[in-house]
Amino acid sequence: MLIASLSLPEQVVLTLAALILLSSFLLLAQVRLDSLINTFALQGLLIFFATVLMAFIAGKYHLLISAALTLFLKVFFIPGQLRLLVIRLDIRREVEVIGNPMLVMLFAAALVLFSYYVALPIRELSLLSTRNTIAISLAVVLIGMLIVISRRKAVAQVVGFMSMENGLFFAAVVSTYGMPMVVELGIAFDVLVAVILFGVFFFHIRTEIGSLDTDRLNHLTEVEK
Amino acid sequence: MTGLLWAIAKTLIVVLAAPLMAGWVKWLKCRLQNRKGPPPWQPYRDLLRLSRKHVVLAKTASPIFRMAPYIVFSVTILALSTVPVITVQLPVAALADVIALVGFLALGRFFLSLAGMDVGTAFGGMGSSREVTISSLAEPALLMAFFTLAMNVSSTNLSTVISVLGQRDITLYPSLIFSSMGLVLVAIAETGRIPIDNPATHLELTMIHEAMILEYSGRHLALMEWAAMLKLTLYSLLIVNLIVPWGVALTLVPGDLAFATLIVICKLLLWGALLAVSETIQAKMRLFRAPQFLGLAFILSLLGMMSHIILEVQ
Repeated sequence: MLIASLSLPEQVVLTLAALILLSSFLLLAQVRLDSLINTFALQGLLIFFATVLMAFIAGKYHLLISAALTLFLKVFFIPGQLRLLVIRLDIRREVEVIGNPMLVMLFAAALVLFSYYVALPIRELSLLSTRNTIAISLAVVLIGMLIVISRRKAVAQVVGFMSMENGLFFAAVVSTYGMPMVVELGIAFDVLVAVILFGVFFFHIRTEIGSLDTDRLNHLTEVEK
Repeated sequence: MTGLLWAIAKTLIVVLAAPLMAGWVKWLKCRLQNRKGPPPWQPYRDLLRLSRKHVVLAKTASPIFRMAPYIVFSVTILALSTVPVITVQLPVAALADVIALVGFLALGRFFLSLAGMDVGTAFGGMGSSREVTISSLAEPALLMAFFTLAMNVSSTNLSTVISVLGQRDITLYPSLIFSSMGLVLVAIAETGRIPIDNPATHLELTMIHEAMILEYSGRHLALMEWAAMLKLTLYSLLIVNLIVPWGVALTLVPGDLAFATLIVICKLLLWGALLAVSETIQAKMRLFRAPQFLGLAFILSLLGMMSHIILEVQ
């Protein structure tokens, strides 16, 4: 479907989808934990706007409830909780060590192409005007996974995990106007519980190995060889 | 024939007006920083003063060193002549190919960095090495942004791109938004503005462009400085006419042309003001952060192309 044949709100949704993809790339590029969390909140905000617009385009007002949940959880609660953790653990300025940043970026770009080809047949099954964004949401999920793989610190891995959830939620919104309410509420509470559990885990990991570097969980002895 | 005359006149006017653009940005930047600032026409005085002075040549200077200012200056003028300013209906429009434009700029840069290394001082070589590093990162991003535009309108011709974009219905194209952002970042890096290079400093640790032309004096220096101003004007014209393509005349009717001239001057002044504001609120980056800045530009251009393929065509 050519973009010029869509209505203006639909064009805005497509633009927001592209911006969400950009925010995934920004998440990948951040080296400081506090800016990582801020970017994550920005991604949540973009998804909130996209969901509200979709609700009005389709006239499916139950999406507004999902949007409100997104706003509360992804923009305020989870980033706030993570910020609190980062301050308590005193790792705000911690510089993340990842491989070659440019190489990781190019790999992420390759993931976008990959998800485009994977999503081509799926796209044919949907009749929504925003079906082209399925590939983008798949790419957001895959880039979230890449963040989990390429980061060493547990907090950044949690952000990657949450960003994967963002991608799934966005996929549901743009391809089928959201999941059933029960499922959505279930996921929301899962995420809520996950963040609190992760918080507890961080403290445990730290007291056990004296660092949040999950690579060191592989060591069997306490003495470096 | 009249079209050809128009084209020559257009290039001549832009070449003569280029120092005014640089002066405007400088003056506004000074005002924003609570300084009095030189008047916008100060670059003309500087150029005139330099062209009256004798040329001092190093003993080790080769003919390349003496040729380089003329080559850089004329190549930049050639590049400038391909950019549509107020109208897309010129006979040189067929030349206005973005890939040729990038090629012209690369040719100029090649001789500029050769000249920097020619005399054999430490500063010149350092400046050349930095310039080449930065442009090798900026060029892919620039080309990618241009390719996104070209795929959008199915042409690499600047005149066609501008006229097609200007005549379209208002539609939100994510790809154009991203490639414009990429283009702006590349333009900032390539014209040596803050945060990549500081045009106002001669501090040896930070300078790039100034380090390359450090050995020049007299009319050679004037030509080099003028070429840098032309480059700033070229990128400014590209940005204002590609991102805001409305107002460029599609015909050669004098009324339309006058209106288009007014519009393009307003757009350029506005872009200069934006540049001055962004230079005032930002600090210069460390050189080692420049690849990150240009990496962002590349990712933006790449995302532009991808969102064109994924979102905009069936």
